[in-house]
Amino acid sequence: MFPNLDPEIVKQDFPIFKRKVYGKPLTYLDNAATTQKPRQVVDAIREFYQSYNANIHRGVYRLSIEATEAFENSRAKVAKFINAKDSEVVFTKNATEALNLVAYSWGLSNLKEGDRIVLTEMEHHSNIVPWQLVSKYTGVVVDYIPIDEEGLLVCEELDRLLSLEPKVVSITHVSNVLGTINDVKEIVAKAHKVGALTVVDAAQSVPHMHVDVKELDCDFLAFSGHKALGPLGVGVLYGKRDLLKEMSPFLGGGDMISRVWLSGAEWNELPWKFEAGTSSVADVIGLGAAIDYLNSIGMSRIRSHEVKLTMYALRRLSELKDLKVYGPKNLDKRSAVISFNLSNIHPHDLATILDEEGIAIRAGHHCAMPLMTKLGVAATARASFYLYNSENDVDILMEGLNKAGRIFKI
Amino acid sequence: MSSDFYRDMILDYYRNPRNYGSIDDAEIKVHESNPLCGDDIELYIKLDKDREVEDIKFKGRGCAISIASASLMTELLKGKKVDELLFFTKKDLLDALGIETLGLNPVRIKCALLPYKALKIAVYNHLGKEMSEEEAHLLDYEGGVEQG
Repeated sequence: MFPNLDPEIVKQDFPIFKRKVYGKPLTYLDNAATTQKPRQVVDAIREFYQSYNANIHRGVYRLSIEATEAFENSRAKVAKFINAKDSEVVFTKNATEALNLVAYSWGLSNLKEGDRIVLTEMEHHSNIVPWQLVSKYTGVVVDYIPIDEEGLLVCEELDRLLSLEPKVVSITHVSNVLGTINDVKEIVAKAHKVGALTVVDAAQSVPHMHVDVKELDCDFLAFSGHKALGPLGVGVLYGKRDLLKEMSPFLGGGDMISRVWLSGAEWNELPWKFEAGTSSVADVIGLGAAIDYLNSIGMSRIRSHEVKLTMYALRRLSELKDLKVYGPKNLDKRSAVISFNLSNIHPHDLATILDEEGIAIRAGHHCAMPLMTKLGVAATARASFYLYNSENDVDILMEGLNKAGRIFKI
Repeated sequence: MSSDFYRDMILDYYRNPRNYGSIDDAEIKVHESNPLCGDDIELYIKLDKDREVEDIKFKGRGCAISIASASLMTELLKGKKVDELLFFTKKDLLDALGIETLGLNPVRIKCALLPYKALKIAVYNHLGKEMSEEEAHLLDYEGGVEQG
C-alpha cells in the first residue's frame, strides 16, 4: 500500500499558494472550475517557449522536430492515462469543443428528424446546448433522464428512454454541481444494447479518479486539461478509432488535410484530421507534464484522499443547522464537489464574505441552469476539492460560513 | 473591504425592503434578470398628472446587494419628474449605497446595477426615446451576465 497523500507536501509544488489574498492565505476551493498548476507544468511551458518554440508537423529543422516530438509525446501520455491508442486522442481547446466535435461531425451526418438523443438533467450546458443545436438542424428529439431527491439518475426512466431506441446517449461521468458519480459503465452497456452511440463528459472525473475508456467501453469521452492541473486551453476528445475514421472533419484548415486541390481535399490520418490549424502546442506539452505529475502521485491515492476529505467536509458542514447540501449521501457515488446553500443567504453574498477570508468558492448556476430549476433554486454555493486541499481548508471554510451567519444574523 | 459592505444599512434595506410590491395601474413596468446572482426584478412606476413619480415599487428575488440597491433606488426616485429619471446616473445610485468608497468588486457592482438597468430600459421605452449607442453598450456591458 502506498502511504496516504499529504496535501501540505503537495501544496509546496504549487507556487500560487505562497500568495496572500487580502493578507490571508489562499484557500482555493473552486477546483471544479479550474485547478491550480504545479511548478512542473509551468516549467514545461516555459521550457518550450524558451528553448524549442516552433510550429509542429511541418518544419524540417531541429526546433520544429523537437516541438513535434514533445507534442506527440504528450498525446501518448494522455492516451496511456485513459488507456486509449494515440490515434484515438484528439486535442481540442477544451471539453466543450470536444463535445461539439462529436455533436457536429457525428451528429449532423448520422441523425435525422424523429431520431432521439438521451441526456440527463444534471448535464453541464456544454453537453446540452450542442445537442440542442443538432436538434435544431436535424429535428432530433432530446430526452433527459431525470434525477431523484438525492441527485441520482432514475434508473427506471433510463430504461424507459432506452426502450425508445435513441441514437445517442450522452451523459456526464460526474456532475459538476451534485458531485454524483454516474455508473457510466452500466449505462454505456445498456445504451449499446439498443444500438446507441455513447458519449461521456468526463471533465469532472478524469482529473479525480482512474478512468479507463476500454473498461467503460464508451464511444467518445471528453475532458479538459485545465481541470487536471494542466494549462487552460487544451481539451481532449477520445473516440473509438473506427468511428473517428468514418467521421467528417469538424474544422477545416491546415494540418487536417493530406492533399488539397482547387476542387477538393483529402483528409489527414487520425487524429490530425480533427486538429485543424496550429494547436496550442505549449499547452499540450504542459498537459503532458500535468499527467506526469498526477501519475507520480497516483490516481487511486488522489481519489482516496478526496473521499476522506469529502467525508470530513460533509461532517463539518452538518454542524450548521441551516445549511443544505445537495447531492448523494453515499460517498461511493460522490466526488469531491459539494454544493450547498446556507439559510436564505444568497450564494453570491456568501461568496463575497468568504472571499474576504481568502476563500475561493463558486457561487451561481454552475453552467447547469436546468439542474438549478430542478433543485428549485436560482443558484448554489459550491466548494470543490483537489489533491492539495486539506482538512485545514475545510476548517477555514467553516469559520467563513460562521462569519457569514453572524453578519446575516441567521 | 467587501464585508464592510454588509453593514447594518444595507442589511436593513435587504431584510425590510422599502416600496416592495407591485402597482397594477403603473404607467411604467419592466422585468429584468441577471443570471449571475439569480436576480430577477420587476419595477413599477406610477406617474401623477404632473408626470412626477407618484409611486414606485419593485419586487423580485436576488442577493442582498441587488435587493438593497433596488430598495434604496425607489426611495431616491420618488417625486422626481419622469424626464429627470433619464439623468439619474449610476454614480448617484452607487454613491447612495456607498459602494465606491467600500471598493466592492466589479462582479458584485453588476448586482447593484441591475435595478438601474431596469429603470433605464423602462424609462426610455416609456418616453419612446432611443438610448445612445454608448449608453446602451455600457448598460449591457456593466450589467453583463455570467458566462456559461
